Amino acid sequence: MVTPALAILSLFTLGLLAPFLFALLPRHAGKLLCLPPAFWCGWFWSKTPASGQTWTSPWIPELGITFSFRLDGLASLFAILITGIGAMVLLYTEGYCGAKPGSGRLYGLLLLFLASMLGVVLADDAILLFLFWEATSVTSFLLIGFEHERANARRGAVQALMVTGGGGLALLAGLLVIVQQTGQGRISAWGPLAGDPLYLAMFALVAIGCFTKSAQFPFHFWLPNAMTAPTPVSAYLHSATMVKAGVYLLARLSGSLGGTEVWTWTLTLVGGATMLTGTLLALRQTDLKRLLAYSTVAALGTMVFVLARGGAEAASAFAAFVLAHALYKGALFLVAGAIDHTADSRDAFRLGGLWQRAPVLATASTLAGLGMMGVAPLAFLAKETLVDGLLSPPDVPSLIVFGVMAAGAVAIAGIVAFRPFFGKADPAIADGHKPDAPLLTGPAVLAVLGIVGGLTPTFVFERIGGPVAAAIGGGTDPHPWALWHGFGAPLAFSVGTLALGLAVYRAWPAWIARAAPWPSFGFDRAYDAGLRGTVSVARAFTRTIQNGRLRAYLQTTIATFLVLVTLAAVRWNPSPQIRLDTALPHEALLALAMLLAVLAAVRSVSRLAAVVTLGVVGFGVALTYALFGAPDLAMTQIAVETLTVILFVLTFYHLPRFARGSGTRTRAVDALLATGVGATMAAITLVASQRLLGTPISAHFAENSLAEAHGRNVVNVILVDYRGLDTLGEITVLSIAGLGVVALWTFGRRAAKGGSA
Amino acid sequence: MRSIILSTVARAMLPILIMFSLFLLWRGHNEPGGGFTGGLVAAAGVILFSLAYSPRAARRVVRVDLKTLTGFGLLMAAGSGTVAVFAGKPFLTGVWWKLAGPQGSTIELGTPFFFDLGVYLVVIGVTLSILFSKAEEEERP
Amino acid sequence: MTLLLAIVIGALYAGGVYMMLRKTVVKLLIGLAMIGNAANLLIFVSSSVVRSHPPIVPKGSSAVPAPYADPLTQALILTAIVIGFAVLAFALALVKRVYGEVGSLALEEMTVSDE
Repeated sequence: MVTPALAILSLFTLGLLAPFLFALLPRHAGKLLCLPPAFWCGWFWSKTPASGQTWTSPWIPELGITFSFRLDGLASLFAILITGIGAMVLLYTEGYCGAKPGSGRLYGLLLLFLASMLGVVLADDAILLFLFWEATSVTSFLLIGFEHERANARRGAVQALMVTGGGGLALLAGLLVIVQQTGQGRISAWGPLAGDPLYLAMFALVAIGCFTKSAQFPFHFWLPNAMTAPTPVSAYLHSATMVKAGVYLLARLSGSLGGTEVWTWTLTLVGGATMLTGTLLALRQTDLKRLLAYSTVAALGTMVFVLARGGAEAASAFAAFVLAHALYKGALFLVAGAIDHTADSRDAFRLGGLWQRAPVLATASTLAGLGMMGVAPLAFLAKETLVDGLLSPPDVPSLIVFGVMAAGAVAIAGIVAFRPFFGKADPAIADGHKPDAPLLTGPAVLAVLGIVGGLTPTFVFERIGGPVAAAIGGGTDPHPWALWHGFGAPLAFSVGTLALGLAVYRAWPAWIARAAPWPSFGFDRAYDAGLRGTVSVARAFTRTIQNGRLRAYLQTTIATFLVLVTLAAVRWNPSPQIRLDTALPHEALLALAMLLAVLAAVRSVSRLAAVVTLGVVGFGVALTYALFGAPDLAMTQIAVETLTVILFVLTFYHLPRFARGSGTRTRAVDALLATGVGATMAAITLVASQRLLGTPISAHFAENSLAEAHGRNVVNVILVDYRGLDTLGEITVLSIAGLGVVALWTFGRRAAKGGSA
Repeated sequence: MRSIILSTVARAMLPILIMFSLFLLWRGHNEPGGGFTGGLVAAAGVILFSLAYSPRAARRVVRVDLKTLTGFGLLMAAGSGTVAVFAGKPFLTGVWWKLAGPQGSTIELGTPFFFDLGVYLVVIGVTLSILFSKAEEEERP
Repeated sequence: MTLLLAIVIGALYAGGVYMMLRKTVVKLLIGLAMIGNAANLLIFVSSSVVRSHPPIVPKGSSAVPAPYADPLTQALILTAIVIGFAVLAFALALVKRVYGEVGSLALEEMTVSDE
């Protein structure tokens, strides 16, 4: 059965294979790789109008997490955009990158992103959606930082990841709260949540996730910085798809979280602020991509703004705007990349006259630019539908905000879509080369679709707009899309904004030429300051905890050990019946000798004395082993003790004498800690010697050693036979330690030689 | 600190200690001893020699490169375990043979002995590399 | 004897900890060696303390006669002794290197590890 899961899985696999395909056919990779997404685009289109069909299969039943997907109107709109524009972008990449080595990774990442994004819009399980959501953040990070040799690409990538990743955490929390409260992981099963006691938490957390992802004010700053990505990536992720994930999720959850005062006000204010910020900041840019990025911020604000209103009409307007925006903005980004390719410049202020060199590109750009101005059919339709909603009843503040945004869009469209082609060229602009077919196909197709789509409003409404309204608006839009609303207030509004926008466009060059750089808006800097602050707090914290003073570490460790053991002893209260055996005189003498040796070691002031006392302790231990039935241990201990003393003596030969002793106070504290540890360990020894937990396995060894392993010395049999693997590991460790010692000493010698030379 | 007595004793003790260490290794399966102890005793003998003469002289006596010795020991221990694998038993299972000894007695020889021999070589190799590299440091002006 | 050994073990731990808290790295190593010995003894005592019955099957018998010292802990301690030696050697080599780099063995002067 063909399901959305198959689409995601096949595209994901294709993404993993793409680098290999590129290695085989570097000149045709884009042409081939764009076919599967194009196929899936057709499949999704063939499923319109979407019925809201769902597919599900268990994944982690214990947690109620399922692999479930849903194809309703909203999912269908986004799925078509993701696969369709994805196909165009893949084709375009071939023209943009050519056979440049490393482009295989770009194809692969684009496809992985495509699959993840498709997952976001099709998933019906909250956790599944979150996983895909994070996958888009990660692939976006990799794509923005694709040209990782450049510092600003790295910065942009990290910033995007920090902002969207941080928002992703909030989103996860929000989704989990909803799942917890509803007891339901399936998004389609969530009813209205406005009455829930935790509604505010849910809304706030989900909103932060969506706002960061969709670059809403005050998180808008990351999007322009993400323009360091290769242009196909900017066109795809940062205008057509990824940044719409937040908007998508808000639309998706508008049925559950929407309809409240908080929802309406938050979305209206944030969306409005984003629209104004994006528009005003866009007009200060001269780089084509940054202009488009800020205008995308404004458009995303518009979408949030529309979603605030709720209802079928708003949903239908939302669908029209998302569709129109994806087509014209995607096309314009691709055009900007082609201009960059053709003229080796993205400076909107200096470019001009390119239409002679690239007539097809100029046509595509013009058509897309008309779309952005709200003049081309589909975009005009979207704008009229939006204004219609704002006019009944008239909402003056919203109309003003929307008017500013629309006029700004007209001006920006003029700057990015017409000026480079029809304006006067700066003679300093280099003569580039002509764009070839793969570079032109994408923008041309998208721009033409924007026209065609608007010429058949009823057809597109039935396939797309209506189902979206049904999916998130909770009903049918009483006013199906129509190109011609007649003479009236909406048309007047359109004409007004168009005129205003053209005026701004004419004034723009003079303004840019004259304008001193504004003090940069604070959010990007606030991000930097926040990052620096976090690092310095972490550093200060680490300095305190990891202060580098071994004494402090040891004291902390020892004190913790004492406290924990005491607590455990109090709670668990072993109080064993301690049966004591007698000590023979020579044993008592041995113990006394060892105690004296310890005392002497502690009090020793010379290095040699300390080593000798350590030797005495060691030989005492060896004697203990000998007396209590462990001749093997005794022999080993004696040999090792001898070698240890030799080693210490050899080393000390080169080391300075003991430093001055510590103060009395320090000594007292240390003695107290040491005594505590000693007493605790003595008590533990006593308790441990009393308690035999069951029959030790040694009994088995002692009985069967001769019969099974042909050996009388059970200790040796255990070492070389029963626990041979352990011994093998131990001699390996021994060898590595030996190599380490030799390396340290030899290396030190070489370094010393090199230093003195 | 070169002394004639020490040199003479060390020269005399070296073969005795090596023989003793081999004895410890061989009887280790049945009496106190074994690869670890035997290896340490052998190493101690060589160290004694190196203290009496010089690490360089001691290295000449050993003849084999110590890293090679260590590696060979590890290989032997691991290799003795693979014999069982060829006999269709789990890795490191003991496999035993009965050999005809002098005067009609039988000597049991098993892969665990070769495992212990590997341990013996590793211990000698590691101990000597540690102490030699230290002692050679000492020798340098 | 168990009580006496427990006291010896306690004293070894106490002495080891006290030495580790001194200013000089060399004392720290001596302390480390003492604690190593103490730990081995602790394992040894916690299994059993039986006088003069090594876990060796006598000639003519097929199993070790009843009261015997636990062979498993002995095998454990045996490898621990040898590895303890290697670790101590490693630590000494490190100290020597540190002295070469820092020119001091006072722990207070070894607070900077990197950067």
